Amino acid sequence: MMLDAKIPAGDLADKWDKYKEHAKLVNPANRKKLDVIVVGTGLAGASCAASLAEQGYSVKSFCFQDSSRRAHSVAAQGGVNAAKNYKNDGDSVYRMFYDTIKGGDFRSREANVYRLAQCSAQLIDQAVAQGVPFAREYGGYLNNRSFGGVQVSRTFYARGQTGQQLLLGAYQALMRQESLGKVKTYTRHEMLELVVVDGKAKGIIARDLLTGQIERHAANAVVLATGGYGKVYYLSTLAMGCNSSAIWRAHKKGAFMSGVSWIQFHPTCLPQLGEHQSKLTLMSESLRNDGRIWVPKKASDEREPKDIPEEERDYYLERKYPAFGNLSPRDISSRAAKERIDAGCGVGAMKNAVCLDFSKAIKEQGKEKIKEKYSNLFTMYEKINGINAYEQPMLISPAAHFTMGGLWVDYQLMTTIPGLFALGEANFADHGANRLGANSLLQACVDGYFVAPYTIPNYLADELKAEKVTTDHPAFEEAEQVVKAQLDRFLQSKGTLSADYFHKTLGKLLYDKCGLSRSKESLTQAITDIKQLRESFKNDLKITGDGTVNSELEKAGRVTDYLELGELMCYDALTREESCGAHFREEYQTPDGEAVRNDQDFCFVSAWEWKGSGAEEELHKEPLVFENVELAVRSYK
Amino acid sequence: MKTNSLQYKLWMSGTGLFLCFFLVIHLLGNLQLFLPPDRAREQFNWYSHLLAGNIIIEIIAYVLYASIIGHTVYAIILTVKKSKANGTKYVYDKRGVSSVWYSRNMGLLGTIIFLFLIIHFKDFWYQYKFTNLPLDAKGNKDLYTIVEKAYQQLWYVLVYEVALIALGFHLLHGFFSAARTLGVFHPKYVRWVKVVGWVYTTVIILGFMAMPVYVYLNSL
Amino acid sequence: MRLKLKIWRQEAATQPGAMVDYMLDDVSEHMSFLEMIDLLNETLVGKGERVVEFDHDCREGICGQCGMMINGRAHGPLPNTTTCQLHMRSFKDGDTIYIEPFRAAAFPIVRDLKIDRSGFDRVIQAGGFISASTGQPPEANSILISHDVTEAAFDAAACIGCGACVATCKNSSAALFTSAKITHLALLPQGKLEAADRVVNMVDQMEAEGFGHCSNTEACEVECPQSISVLHIARMNFEYNKALVMKP
Repeated sequence: MMLDAKIPAGDLADKWDKYKEHAKLVNPANRKKLDVIVVGTGLAGASCAASLAEQGYSVKSFCFQDSSRRAHSVAAQGGVNAAKNYKNDGDSVYRMFYDTIKGGDFRSREANVYRLAQCSAQLIDQAVAQGVPFAREYGGYLNNRSFGGVQVSRTFYARGQTGQQLLLGAYQALMRQESLGKVKTYTRHEMLELVVVDGKAKGIIARDLLTGQIERHAANAVVLATGGYGKVYYLSTLAMGCNSSAIWRAHKKGAFMSGVSWIQFHPTCLPQLGEHQSKLTLMSESLRNDGRIWVPKKASDEREPKDIPEEERDYYLERKYPAFGNLSPRDISSRAAKERIDAGCGVGAMKNAVCLDFSKAIKEQGKEKIKEKYSNLFTMYEKINGINAYEQPMLISPAAHFTMGGLWVDYQLMTTIPGLFALGEANFADHGANRLGANSLLQACVDGYFVAPYTIPNYLADELKAEKVTTDHPAFEEAEQVVKAQLDRFLQSKGTLSADYFHKTLGKLLYDKCGLSRSKESLTQAITDIKQLRESFKNDLKITGDGTVNSELEKAGRVTDYLELGELMCYDALTREESCGAHFREEYQTPDGEAVRNDQDFCFVSAWEWKGSGAEEELHKEPLVFENVELAVRSYK
Repeated sequence: MKTNSLQYKLWMSGTGLFLCFFLVIHLLGNLQLFLPPDRAREQFNWYSHLLAGNIIIEIIAYVLYASIIGHTVYAIILTVKKSKANGTKYVYDKRGVSSVWYSRNMGLLGTIIFLFLIIHFKDFWYQYKFTNLPLDAKGNKDLYTIVEKAYQQLWYVLVYEVALIALGFHLLHGFFSAARTLGVFHPKYVRWVKVVGWVYTTVIILGFMAMPVYVYLNSL
Repeated sequence: MRLKLKIWRQEAATQPGAMVDYMLDDVSEHMSFLEMIDLLNETLVGKGERVVEFDHDCREGICGQCGMMINGRAHGPLPNTTTCQLHMRSFKDGDTIYIEPFRAAAFPIVRDLKIDRSGFDRVIQAGGFISASTGQPPEANSILISHDVTEAAFDAAACIGCGACVATCKNSSAALFTSAKITHLALLPQGKLEAADRVVNMVDQMEAEGFGHCSNTEACEVECPQSISVLHIARMNFEYNKALVMKP
C-alpha cells in the first residue's frame, strides 16, 4: 500500500491556505444531519468537539474520566509556544517551523510542522477570547518566556498551570455547546472497539463504566483524541487512566501506527522511591535555569548528597555540553542522566536519581529570589518526598513522558481508515523523533481548533450522499460480540495475578530494553519476553468483581493492548537502525556517545500495519521529503 | 428570577443587620439604667413612654417583629434545605477542625437566643404593653421597677449572661457573614468588616451584660 | 508500618453501605495514600475479593478526580493537599484510618469511594464560559488586562473541581466551586458582558443540583487543594445582588 500524505502542492507557506480555500463545505442546514464521535476530551478532543458543534454538526463526546475537565492535558505545566514575536526578538513562523523540525531531529513532515507554526499565533487569540488568564505584563500586554531548545521568547504561560487553563477554556467551550444541545457528552465511557463498514469508520462500541452496559454509537466520522501511550511503561508522568486502547483497537481495524518507539523521557521528574510507586511526578523544566545537575564522581557513593564535597561532584552536563550545559534538550539530558546512573553514580535510596542542586543559585541570588521563582515547585517536592530542597539537592530522574509516535495520519489528520481521524498526541504527525518543550499543548489545540474544523467537514461533505449506517448494521453486532467476549474472558480468569502486576512487569521490561537507549540485543530480548508475558497474562490473570463498576476489568483491557503495543514498539525500534531524537540505538553513536542519524536509509516515517494476532506487523514507509530545510546534525556542545 | 437559597440568605442578612442596628438603639436607651437609681427610674420610664407613643418607633417596632420572625423562619427553611443537601452522614467526622465552632453552630446559638427572647418579651415587652403597670411620680408606667425586680434575682441574671454570650458569638459570625452575603469581597474592606464586627460585638455584648450585673450588685 | 483501615463499602447508590475493617502490612512511608490503597487492592485481588473502587487519575494534584474523607477530613489531615499528594509519612505505625467517600446529596455514591460529581459539569454548562466561538478571535493584545487582574483571575481559575469544598461544608454547599468560576470570568473584560446572566444561571443550577447554601464558615478554603479564597463567594454574592438589582 502506498501511503499518500495528501500534502497540497505549492509553496510551503501557501499550502494550508490553499487547502482551506479548496476544502469541501457542507451547507449549514445539512450539518446537523451529520454525526461525529470524538473520543477523548483533552485539549485536542474538547476543542475539536466544541468547534464542530459550533459549526452545527451533531457531536458525541466520550471520555473515561468522571468529567471532561480531567483529561491529562490538565497536567501540562510550562506553556504553549506561539510565533507572535511580541518580544520583537526575531521570531517568525519560519523560525518556529525550523526549531520544531530541528528539535524533532528531521523526522517530521515539513508541511505539517509549518502549519503548526502558522496556526500558533491564532491559538493565543482564541485562548484569550475564551478567558484563559495568560501571564501579563504590568501594562496589560501578554508576557512570554523562553523555553528549552530555542533562542527566542515565544512561550505563553499561565503560571505553572498552562495546560489546566487551556483545557478549562476548551472544556468550557464544550460545556457551552452541551448546554446548547449540540454536543452530548458521555463521561465514564470507554471506547472498546472501532466499527468499520465498507472500509470506512462508522462508529464505536463503548462501555459505560458505571453500568457495564456495552453501547453502540454510529456516526459519519470518528475522531480519536485519546492522547499518548507513555503509560505503557507503567511508571511515567502520565495519569493512571491514560491508555492506548482506542488507538490500538483502531490499529487492529486497519489504521497504521507510526514512530511507535519514539518516546520522550522527561529529565526532571521525581525518582522512584519504592516498589509500589505508581507515578513519577514531573517537575517543571524551568528548574534547570537555576539548578545544576550533578552526580558523585565516585560510583556507589554511600554518602548523603549534601555531604559530598564540591570537588567530588561531577557536573556531567556542564562537562559534556559546555554550550548548553544544564539547559541541554530533554533527550540529551535524559540520556546523560541514564548513562551516569547506569555507571553506578546514581544517588538516592534506589541509586536511580541525579542531583539538581540550587546551592549555587541560592548563594548568588539569595533564597528569597529562588523562592519567588520556584516556591510552588519546592513545596510540591517537599509534599511528595518530604525533603526541603532549599537545604539539600533535589533528586530527579528521567521518566517516560510524551509519545511522538501514534496513529499515522495524512495532512488532513485522517488515518488510513477513511473517516477515522486522530488528533493531538494520539497521532504522530508534528514532533518527529523528539518534541520541543511547550509544543504539545500547541499541537493538541491547533489540531482541534484550527485543522480538524476544516479537514473533517471536507470528509463529511461526501458523507451526505452516502447511505446512513445505523447501529443495527451487522458490523456493530460483530464488534460488540468481540468486546463482550473479551470482557467475559477477563471476568472468568482463573489466575492469581492482578492486571497491575503485568503492567508493572511490562513497564520495567520496556524501561530496561526499549527505554532511553536500546540495542538490537535488548530489543530482540524484549520481544521474546513480551511474548512470554502475554502468554502468562492469558493464564495467570485474576480479575475480581463483576461486570459493572470494576476498575480491575478496565485495567485488564488496557494492559492487553499494552502487551501488544509494547511489542510493536520494540519492532519499530529494532528496524530503525539509526539514532534520532528520543530513539537512541547503542550501536549508532559516536565514540563520545552522541547520536548518529542515518538520513540515507532512515529518512522516513514508519507505518505499521496489523496483520492479525500472532503475525508480524508489516512495515510501510512514508519517505520524508525536505525541500525547505537542510538536514543538519543536532549539536548542543 | 427563581427563588433560591442565596435569596433566603439575603433575607437572613438583611433582617440580621436590622436586628444589629436595633441592638445599638436598644443599648443606647438602656444605658440610662446606669444612672443613680432615682434618676434612672425617672429617665427610663420617661424614655419608655416616649418610645411607646412615637409613630416612627412604632414602624420600627413592626419591622423588628418582622425581622425576628423572618430571620427565624428563613433560618428554619435553610436548615431543612441543608439537611436535605447533606444526604448520608459521615461515620467519622472531624471536619470541625477547619472552621471556628460558633460559625458552624449559628442555629444552636440562634435557638438559645430565641428562647431567651421569649422570656425577655414576656417579662418586659408584654408587661409594658398589655398589663396595667403602676405609674411613677411623673405619671409614666413604671417599667424600671419591673426591671429592677427581675435583675435582683441571681438565677435571672445568669440566664441573661448566658444568653448574651450566645448572642455575642452569634453576632460575631453573623455580622461578618451578612457582609459576605451582601457581597463585600474586596480584601481591603473585608478586613475592616472583621474589625468592625469585633468592636461592635464587644461593645454591645459587654454593655448588655453589664446591666443586669449592675442592677444586681446595686441591690445587694 | 501496619495499619488498620476502616473503609466505606457500598455496592451501588441504591444499596446501603457500611464501614469494613482491613489490616494492611508493609506500608512504606514513601507511598502516597493512593498507592497504599493500590496495595490493599492488590492483596484483595490475591484473596479473590472485589477491590475498593476509588476515583483517581493524574496523581499529581491537578486533575481533581481523586478525593476521599480520610480520618473525617476532606483529602486527609494536611490542609490544601489532594488525596493523591498525601503521603503515608503523615501516618504512623498502628494507626487506624477511616476512609469514606465525599458525601453530599448532590454527589451520589457510585460504588465504595467513587462518587458522581456531574453536578459540577451542569453548573458550568449553566453559564461557566465565555461565548466565544472558534475561528476568528480578535488579536490577543487588543484586549489589555492588567497584571493584577490577570493574576486575580488566575487565582480563581485554578480550581480543580475536586469537590472537597462540598464535602467539607456543613451545608454541602458548592459556593466555592461556583464562585471561583464566576469571579474568574467576571474579572476579565472578555467575560464581563455575560456576567449578570452567568451568575444568575449558575446560582440557580447550583440550587437545582441540590447543593446547600453558604454560611461562611470558611472551612472550604482550608481544605481546597488550590487554596481558592472564600472571598470569591462574596464576589459571587456581589455579582448576584448586582444582577438582582440591575438585570432587566
